[in-house]
Amino acid sequence: MSEPLIEVKNLKKYFPIRGGVLQRTIGYVKAVDGVTFTINKGETLSLVGESGCGKSTVGRTIIRLYDKTDGEVFYKSIPIHSLKKSELRKLRPKIQLVFQDPFSSLNPRLRVGDAIGEALLDHGLISKNELRDKVIETLEICGLAPYHIDRYPHEFSGGQRQRIGIARALILDPEFIVLDEPVSSLDVSIQAQIINLLMDLQQQKGLTYLFISHDLSVVEHISTRVAVMYLGSIVEMAARDELFDHPLHPYTQALLSAVPIPDPDLKRERIILEGDIPSPANPPKGCKFHTRCPIAKDICREQIPEYKDVGGGHFVACHLV
Amino acid sequence: MAKNIVEFRNLKTYFYTEEGVVKAVNDVSFSIREGETVCVVGESGCGKSVTALSLMRLIQSPPGKIEGGEIIFDGRDVLKLSEAEMRKIRGNEIGMIFQEPMTSLNPVLTIGEQLMEPLMVHKFMSKKEAWNKAIELIKQVGIPRAEQIMTSYPHELSGGMRQRIMIAIALSCDPKLLIADEPTTALDVTIQAQILDLLRKIKQERNMALMLITHDLGIVAEMADYVVVMYAGKVIEEAPVRELFKNPKHPYTRGLLKAKPIIGKRQDKLYTIPGQVPNPIGLGNYCYFSDRCEYAMDICRQKIPQLTADENGHKVACWLYEGEWKK
Repeated sequence: MSEPLIEVKNLKKYFPIRGGVLQRTIGYVKAVDGVTFTINKGETLSLVGESGCGKSTVGRTIIRLYDKTDGEVFYKSIPIHSLKKSELRKLRPKIQLVFQDPFSSLNPRLRVGDAIGEALLDHGLISKNELRDKVIETLEICGLAPYHIDRYPHEFSGGQRQRIGIARALILDPEFIVLDEPVSSLDVSIQAQIINLLMDLQQQKGLTYLFISHDLSVVEHISTRVAVMYLGSIVEMAARDELFDHPLHPYTQALLSAVPIPDPDLKRERIILEGDIPSPANPPKGCKFHTRCPIAKDICREQIPEYKDVGGGHFVACHLV
Repeated sequence: MAKNIVEFRNLKTYFYTEEGVVKAVNDVSFSIREGETVCVVGESGCGKSVTALSLMRLIQSPPGKIEGGEIIFDGRDVLKLSEAEMRKIRGNEIGMIFQEPMTSLNPVLTIGEQLMEPLMVHKFMSKKEAWNKAIELIKQVGIPRAEQIMTSYPHELSGGMRQRIMIAIALSCDPKLLIADEPTTALDVTIQAQILDLLRKIKQERNMALMLITHDLGIVAEMADYVVVMYAGKVIEEAPVRELFKNPKHPYTRGLLKAKPIIGKRQDKLYTIPGQVPNPIGLGNYCYFSDRCEYAMDICRQKIPQLTADENGHKVACWLYEGEWKK
């Protein structure tokens, strides 16, 4: 087994809810409520879950775009949240982020070449004379053309903008990239192009990815291991084949059965969950999933299930497994 | 065979922009039979939503204009109706639900007011009758505590609940046709499963026709009786759902089916369709897919292929098959 690159230990991120005349804190949204996992060098760990489950918050807290509430994140044994700002800044080029929306994550007034090269220059990693060549090289790696360097973001399609977003992260020669729903806003034919690009880059450069997505079919394609989140906690985590072939948590099972499959002759037993996802400001007691769980028992309403290894690195948090 | 409820005949809807004319719907013909679910699939900008909006006569003009063709709904050409006659069809004989359940409800009116309005306008119900019918509808779309929901405002409901309310409003006047434009795209998978299940159930109960617009081939396989595939404003292939998935003909349809990762089918590398959708302005006389097509021949760059049916009624617009028909 390869060495861990990122270790996340009991990470928590609460957002205060303010209210009343004095805007005092009247409660917390527990967006991430104690998650623990490691990401090994060269692998892709996917975080899946529905909106509001905290998957994006995990991604952003890991690279300290948000300050943690509790817990710690280690990058090669360096505690990211205990670093001084100046130390963190030195580390930044190594840990990068690609956003979901290629439309709002690019400055419309900045030429693409400047947007891609900016960070390199800021970190003092390159001289001005060499910059243009380096940007052109990165553009080509990401499937864009050299003449794109002087264009503005509005001249590009969604797929091309996502390539620009990837180029912007890649030029810093990072080791670890958080991909936050990078293909969700793209059409199928373009989505496949970007997924292939990401996987090729990973192979060539030995990159490590945290892939955040709600699309299980994309996750199955791209991942080495998969963690399923529900209301701020990981409910199940396993190697890709294990998770998709033998899902243990009832939420994972329902999630998998809910994905429409493009085969009109396929008849499957579908688990349709009742109700909506509860508010993370006021999560249910006991197992957070018990309000929607088709097989919930009394114990689920009272006790929080332990998150345990059931063999071979397959973790699950459920009383009934 | 059931009769046609809607027939699009050579529909042309153009948008006049500063850069030029966008032929969003460019000579589109297909029909939907009574009680049938027809899925219109395609990627962003292919004209699938504009086709539905043309039927509802909801194309904003300017910049848009329906430049030609006919849309026969239940024996009448809706493009020839007056605005007053059209208003009797909209929301009454044809219901419509949109992608964004957040923006398609009025935030300052209660759910009850929005549900009762079409009943009072189209069905001439009294307030009391409309109230009771509205409660019945809320229950039908699977929302508990109907009375309480009636006095709630949209922001108090979750995305899935709002979409259920939209469905209830669309169903309120017993439409013959329900248009659902990407009804689950903004929803989570488990909520999507609930909404699709609901749509299937009410369609069966009411024998209503459903025009479902989507980009998700999984949803198509699950919901459709008949599928229409659009690309750059044109219908490029149409067939019954089984036939389409078993025997896709157009290279674009085949590419779409191959490019989508599928749960349970792991592969090393995804198939990709090279390039991107062409700029909709100034398209000429050639197959619009030709520059992305691995089978493109000379004729593909010289002439637009016409939609032609084989003996099974499977229609495709592609020069590759032109020889086959002539045999």
